[in-house]
Amino acid sequence: MTAVTAAPLGTAARTSTRPVRLVLGAIGTCLVAWLMGNTFLALSYYPGWFFDSRVLMAVVGIIAGLGGAALLFYCVNVFVEALPQRFSQGLIPYAYVLPALALIALMLVYPTVQTINYSFANDDSTAYVGLDAYRAIFTDGEFWLSITNNVLWLVVVPTLTVIIGIAVALFADRLSAKGENVAKSLIFLPMAISFVAASTIWGIQMYSADADVGLLNAIVTAFGGQAQDWIRVDTARLNSFLMMVILVWMQAGFAMVLLSGAIKGVPEETLEAARIDGANERQVFFRVIIPQIKGTIITVAITVIILVLKVFDIVYVLLNGQARTNVIAVLFYQELFTFQRAGIASAIVVVLLLLVTPVLVYQVRQYRKEGVR
Amino acid sequence: MVVLVILWSVPTLSLLMNSFRGRDAVVSSGWWTALLNPFGQDWTLDNYVGVLQGSDMAIGFLNTIVVAVPATILPVMFAAFAAYAFTFMHFPAKEALFAVIIGVMVVPIQVSFQPMLNLLGPNGIGISGQFVAVWLLHTGFGMPLCVYILRNYMATLPYSVVESAKIDGASHFQTFWLLVAPMAMPAMAAFATLQFLWVWNDLLIAKLFLRPSNTTVIVQLQQLLGTQGQGVELLTAGAFLSMTLPLVVFFSLQRFFVRGLTAGSVKG
Repeated sequence: MTAVTAAPLGTAARTSTRPVRLVLGAIGTCLVAWLMGNTFLALSYYPGWFFDSRVLMAVVGIIAGLGGAALLFYCVNVFVEALPQRFSQGLIPYAYVLPALALIALMLVYPTVQTINYSFANDDSTAYVGLDAYRAIFTDGEFWLSITNNVLWLVVVPTLTVIIGIAVALFADRLSAKGENVAKSLIFLPMAISFVAASTIWGIQMYSADADVGLLNAIVTAFGGQAQDWIRVDTARLNSFLMMVILVWMQAGFAMVLLSGAIKGVPEETLEAARIDGANERQVFFRVIIPQIKGTIITVAITVIILVLKVFDIVYVLLNGQARTNVIAVLFYQELFTFQRAGIASAIVVVLLLLVTPVLVYQVRQYRKEGVR
Repeated sequence: MVVLVILWSVPTLSLLMNSFRGRDAVVSSGWWTALLNPFGQDWTLDNYVGVLQGSDMAIGFLNTIVVAVPATILPVMFAAFAAYAFTFMHFPAKEALFAVIIGVMVVPIQVSFQPMLNLLGPNGIGISGQFVAVWLLHTGFGMPLCVYILRNYMATLPYSVVESAKIDGASHFQTFWLLVAPMAMPAMAAFATLQFLWVWNDLLIAKLFLRPSNTTVIVQLQQLLGTQGQGVELLTAGAFLSMTLPLVVFFSLQRFFVRGLTAGSVKG
C-alpha cells in the first residue's frame, strides 16, 4: 500500500521504467486472473466445496467477480504505470476497455460469426451443405408466416407503446403531484412482471375461452355475444394482436417514465413563447414539445424494437406459435430444440440478424453524427 | 387518465384476486366475482403457503436471487471501467471500438445460443447448467448497453474535474474510484435496475443454461402453465410473489432511473 501513496509524485514527469513495480504488477495481474478463473470454475465443477449452498456460492461469486475485477484493474494499473510514460499513456485505455470488450467478443461477436458459419452446415453442424438451410426456410410457409408476424409486431408494438407513453406522460403531468406518482406507479407496475407471469394473467384471466373465467368473454357475453377461444382466433391475425396488447401493456410504463422525464425537461419559456404567438395547445404539442423530445422518442422506440425483434416468451408460453402466431424467435427455438435442426435454426437467426441490420446501421450512424467530444 | 390507470391495473388486480382464492373458485368463476362480492368468497392463503412450503418453488426463488444479483452487479463493474476509458481517455481505434459496442447492442441474443451451448456444455468447458454459466451469459449480454448508458452519462460530467485530478497527480485508477464512479452512480443504478428486471424475468437463458435443480422461478411458472391442471392454483400466487422483488428494487432505485437512462440522449 505504500506504493500507492508514493505513486502520485512519480507519475507527473517520469521517463524511466520502475522494474520492481513492473514485476509486481505483472505477477499480481496474472495471479488475480488465475485466482478468478479458478474460483469460477470451482463454483461450477465442485459445488460440494461450498457445501452445496446456493447463497454461499452467490456471495463467493460476487466477491470473486467484483473484488477480482477491482484487484485486476489495480494490478494492471500498477504494471502499466511502471512503464515509461509514453508507453503507459498509450496502454492504460486498452487495459480498461479490454475486459468488457473480451466479454462482448466472447458472448456476442464470436457466436454471431459461428452462427453464420453453422447456417451453411447440416443439422448437427458436422458438414457444410451450402445454401440448403436457406432454401429450406425460404420455401417453408411457417417461416414466411413468422416473418410477417414479426413485421406486424414491429410496426404495432413500438408505435402504440410510444403513443401511450406520451399520452400518459402528458396527462400525468396535469395531475397533482401525489396523483401523478400513484398513476405513474400503477402504469409502470407491469414492467416488473415477467413475460411468463403476464402471459398467465392475460391467457387465463383475460382471454380464457370460458366466459366464467375470462374477462373478455364475460364482457362479450354480457352484451349478448358468443364466447370464443380468443387466443386461437386467427382471423385477421386477431390472436397476434391480442398478444401484442400484452407487450404494450408491459412496456408502456417504461416508455412513460423516460418520455415523462423528457417532457418535464422541455423549457417552459418555449411553450409560453409559442402560446403568446397564438399557437393552440395542439400546435404547441406537435410543433414545440415533440421536436424537443425527439431524441427520447427514438431511444424508447429503438429499445422497444430490439425487444420486439426477439419477442419469444409470450408467443411461446401462450400457444407455442400455434394458430398462426409463430414468430422468428419461437420458430428458431422449435427448430433448434424440438426438431434438432441446427443448420435451419442458424439460418433463421441469420435472417433475424439481417432484419436488425438497418437498426444497427442507424444506431452507429447516429452516434457518428452526434460526434464525440 | 383515470380510465387508463384503471385499465392498466385490471390485469394485475385480477392476479392478486385469484392468488387468494381457492382452486375450485378460480376454475369455476371469474376473478371479478371476488371484487363484486368480497364477503361471499372463501378467501384463502393456501396458495401462498403452497408456494412457500412446496419445496420446489421456494428453492426456485432462492435460485432466482442467486442468479440475478451477481448477474446485475458484475456487468456494471466491468462496463464502468470501459465507459471511463471511452469517455476520458484518448486512444486510437476508440471510435471504431465504441461503434462496435453500439452495433452489438442490437444483435439478438439468439445468435449465441448454439455456439454458447457448445462452448459451455459438455463438449466445451462443461459449466453449462451451473450458476456461473448464467452469470457469464447475462454479464456478456448486458455489457454493450451498460457501457453505452454509462458512457452517455459520464460524457455529461464536467471534464474539468478529471483534468484537475490528473494535474494533482492522481492516477486513472484513483480518478475512477474516487471521482468518476461516485458521480456516475445514478447511471449505474439505472442500468442495474433494468438489468435486474431483465435477468429476474428471463425465461430463455435460465431454461437453456440451468439444470433443473438450479432453475429459476420463472421457468417453474412456465412449466406449471404448460401442464394445465396440477398446481394451477399455485401459479397465481407464484406469479404474484415473483413480481414483488423486482418491484421493490425498482421503487427503491426509481429516482435514479430517468436521470441515469436519458442523459446524453435527451439532447437528440
